[in-house]
Amino acid sequence: MIKNISNLGDAALYCDFGKEVNKEINTQVIRYFKTIQKKNIVGVNNITPSYNKLIVSFDLKKINFSELKKIIENIEIIKSDSVRNKKFEIPICCDKEFSLDIKRLEEKLKINEEKIFESFFEKEFFCYMTGFIAGMPFLGDLNENLRAKRLDTPRVKVPKGSIGLTEQFANIYTFESPGGWNIIGRTPLNIFDSSKESEPNLINPGDLVTFKRITKEKYQNYNE
Amino acid sequence: MNKNYFRIIRAGINSTFQDLGRKNLYHIGIPFSGAMDNRNYLLVNKLTGNNYDHPVIEFAYQGPHLKYHGDKINVAITGDVNFKIKKDKNFIDGECYQSFILENNDELDIISTNKSVYGYLAISGKFDLKFQWSSCSINTKAKIGSNNGEKLFVDQKIDVKEINKNFTNKRLDYVNTKIENIRVIKGTNFDYFSKESKKFFFENEFKVSKLSDRMGMRLEGKKIENFFETNIRSEGLIKGVIQVPPDGNPIIMLSDHGTIGGYPKIGVVISADYDKLVQLTPGSSIKFQEVDLNSAETLFKLYDLETQNLISQI
Repeated sequence: MIKNISNLGDAALYCDFGKEVNKEINTQVIRYFKTIQKKNIVGVNNITPSYNKLIVSFDLKKINFSELKKIIENIEIIKSDSVRNKKFEIPICCDKEFSLDIKRLEEKLKINEEKIFESFFEKEFFCYMTGFIAGMPFLGDLNENLRAKRLDTPRVKVPKGSIGLTEQFANIYTFESPGGWNIIGRTPLNIFDSSKESEPNLINPGDLVTFKRITKEKYQNYNE
Repeated sequence: MNKNYFRIIRAGINSTFQDLGRKNLYHIGIPFSGAMDNRNYLLVNKLTGNNYDHPVIEFAYQGPHLKYHGDKINVAITGDVNFKIKKDKNFIDGECYQSFILENNDELDIISTNKSVYGYLAISGKFDLKFQWSSCSINTKAKIGSNNGEKLFVDQKIDVKEINKNFTNKRLDYVNTKIENIRVIKGTNFDYFSKESKKFFFENEFKVSKLSDRMGMRLEGKKIENFFETNIRSEGLIKGVIQVPPDGNPIIMLSDHGTIGGYPKIGVVISADYDKLVQLTPGSSIKFQEVDLNSAETLFKLYDLETQNLISQI
């Protein structure tokens, strides 16, 4: 449930679901997101779910904060619309040239490369949200032994397809972008396709993801 | 084959097609984009007799140099822009906020914006463009929009698929005013910052850094100290949000911003001041002034009335 609604500037509502991050709270956020989306409230021009927050932005010409706050407070959440759970297996290659931060992670986490990969590949991840750049999935939760902070200085260019880790999450860079996550491999799979307007993202909030390690040869000859 | 087209002789620094942008796509990571300076975008369309959601060319600092081929066409430029029209061998100084006619083989050389960043060029008619999510707006980082998501390039041909045969001259007396202060509502993480930093944020000046573009405006000045936590759980962003990363230099989210971010939000620029904010050039001083939500809403009404008033004068 929403714990508090405040204003983010003069044209957005900031719904706080509390401090914790887990699947249950995130499922609530996604339910609110879907309900508000279905309601087609006049003036609402974006709804952004994240781990435990929901931001609803609006056109100040059509509605204002207090009017929208009343609507959101009294909204009846559609419960039947369960969050979908598609499953994906994402191939990734962890060869040296792709696992840019593996050495740094070994030092930071004080475990060796093999253990890092073992702990990563055994996990089934839950997609909490997509964004930052188009289609980027935020996947959780990493085992405790893999949780590291972001790079002190973010890279100006992280290559397309890179898989990054930080704190309790993994992500996939859907195209070349600046970024500060610890890179451990790269997928040949296209995660975002702007030519598919109705469904450009391969992975969506609520989906389940596992990773499968592939050889460099397979990576190079990969056909979708 | 299209018989009416522009050929690009010089592309300029960052020339893109823009309209009102895209809505309801933040949740998959796609920002609004759209014209940075909304008022000048609306005015250039009104001057050329177009609808308010019509695609135009936005340019930054140095604009494109174009050669026109085809039937005569009405065009207009808004912003604070220095440009020339070449007819035969004569160069004529162009005037903003006034429609003018281009004929076959005429050239339009958009030399520079004066003490501002963005300017707009509209034609009375339609460029032949592809839309994505019902918008032409080019987002070069995500490679989305017309022109395969790329900025305009040298030698490119821009086809005109329709010309409005209305050649009445339209004009507006308007001067882009400079802004003294940028008004800001406190951000959701305002209390992450030290007492001194909060005070400093509203009392002192920052400088706009060179590393500013359609995604964000970076500021330089005394570092904003954060005594609580330099990272927050990644969450949604909107344009105008001022984030402070660990290095203490604020970044203001602009129209092509990342949709999710993990740095504390010290403030949000009010909607009424956004058009003026984006026109601040690198090296300019910027000072923030705190306002509350009610004042911000009133100021937006005033801004909108003023815009409507200008439109009605054309």
